[in-house]
Amino acid sequence: MTDVTERVNRAATVGGHPGDAPGPAPAPEGLVRPVVEVPRRRGRAVTLALRAILPVAIFLLWWGLTGTGAISGTQLASPAATWDAFTDLLLHQDLVGDVGISAARAAMGLLIGAGLGLILGVIVGLFRLGEELFDSSLQMFRTLPFPALIFLFIIWFGIGETAKVLLIALACLTPMYLNASNGVRNVDRRVVEAARTFGLRGWGLVRKVILPLALPSILNGLRFAAGISIVALVFAETIAANLGIGYLVTQASSLQQVPTLMVCIIIYALLGITADVLVRIIERFSMPWRGHLAVR
Amino acid sequence: MTDIMLGAPAVVVRDVTKTFGERDVLSDLDLTVGRGEFVALLGASGSGKTTLLRILLGLEGPSRGDVFVPEVRTTVFQEPRLVASMKVWRNVVIGQPRQLATRARAVTALREVGLEGHADAWPGTLSGGEAQRVALARALVREPQLLLLDEPFAALDALTRLKMQALVADLCARHKPGVLLVTHDVEEAVLLADRVFVLKEGRISLNLEVNLPRPRRVGGDEFDALRDRFLSELGVQQPH
Repeated sequence: MTDVTERVNRAATVGGHPGDAPGPAPAPEGLVRPVVEVPRRRGRAVTLALRAILPVAIFLLWWGLTGTGAISGTQLASPAATWDAFTDLLLHQDLVGDVGISAARAAMGLLIGAGLGLILGVIVGLFRLGEELFDSSLQMFRTLPFPALIFLFIIWFGIGETAKVLLIALACLTPMYLNASNGVRNVDRRVVEAARTFGLRGWGLVRKVILPLALPSILNGLRFAAGISIVALVFAETIAANLGIGYLVTQASSLQQVPTLMVCIIIYALLGITADVLVRIIERFSMPWRGHLAVR
Repeated sequence: MTDIMLGAPAVVVRDVTKTFGERDVLSDLDLTVGRGEFVALLGASGSGKTTLLRILLGLEGPSRGDVFVPEVRTTVFQEPRLVASMKVWRNVVIGQPRQLATRARAVTALREVGLEGHADAWPGTLSGGEAQRVALARALVREPQLLLLDEPFAALDALTRLKMQALVADLCARHKPGVLLVTHDVEEAVLLADRVFVLKEGRISLNLEVNLPRPRRVGGDEFDALRDRFLSELGVQQPH
């Protein structure tokens, strides 16, 4: 990590000539030593600690406010009560199974939605015809609040898995579409031109040149889509679910079980950070040629 | 030998060593540039000339030794490095304090490089040579005591390069900054410089004054003799 530069006015090292006075040599009249900006490399442990500061602070605040009784347990459960609810769900209900089902729904929806968004994005980015056909429609489509479609989806697809997965897919489509089409459009024309003159055409050109060069944007889209998939998951699981975290939320809400509700919220947050970390890992390994380009 | 120089220096490099990993890119390098002196630093790829320039710019620190430069120093890089989102004149006075960052000052500087008509153009609309002249105006508007030129003509076409070299020679003669021109073009060095250093394996291997009258042109016996001397120092033998 080199995200902080440290300003160091380098002290001279001892010259090694006999008779030299120890310490920095004096500057000739009117001259200065150049101020060097040295990128400071932090250890892995320090980086991890820096990342943990804010979450830990929030946890401590939560603990402090609920532990001292400043906020009553019926409004915000204490960490201890939340932990109890968690172990209860783990031991007496099928929490692992619920999380698994929810994660599977989100992943499936993400796969379909982002996949479709990628295909449309590439088509629109590549061809003027594609842009004329799809772009304005997708731009309208993008502003639809997907929760508003829940009821229609139930009517069309029933209350089974299909409606849930499709709702998530729908939510994931537009962020991927926007980023992919923009990324493809911004691929260096000159490189594409050169590849064409060397005989690369059609699908080969897309696969070997255009997609890799648009990858930064595409992965950015995937990151957005992964985040949105969790949000959509929450809404989707309010559709007559009898399994999954959403089911637990509905149940806990109607029974006013604040601790259980908190467990579910934390699980959603963990699913979100997991999705983000996965995309970051993909980013790191899928673009070995970009290591030296970024500012940090 | 080179340390004794009349007048105050613009650059003093003393016993500088720069190590990357196991390799000494610069080893115990000494170099002085006088005020108003035009010095060319010749070297093959990998000779350490870019490293030296980066040290003078403060982009890297030396591993050992002392480096001194004037307070006001500017650079022209190999590429123009203009900010695409700023009009040309704003690029010229970029980073200047508010009262100095005026359009009038920028236009004056642009006039010196023959581009006063392009003050309101976007950098993206300029040709390579024009953009590099804007970069030159940006460097000169600060009235530097030291001007660092990092192969500023290397990316230009041959005709534009000739014009740019003449322009730089003219502007430096008028403004008299200390100049350190890093290049691998021997003719360019002889054409422009008062003194030429050859950098080889991290050290100055040759240091010669160029006593040709100005304005100079490429060619002539003296010119050729100097050029061949530098070329052979750089390991290029010329047929006789």
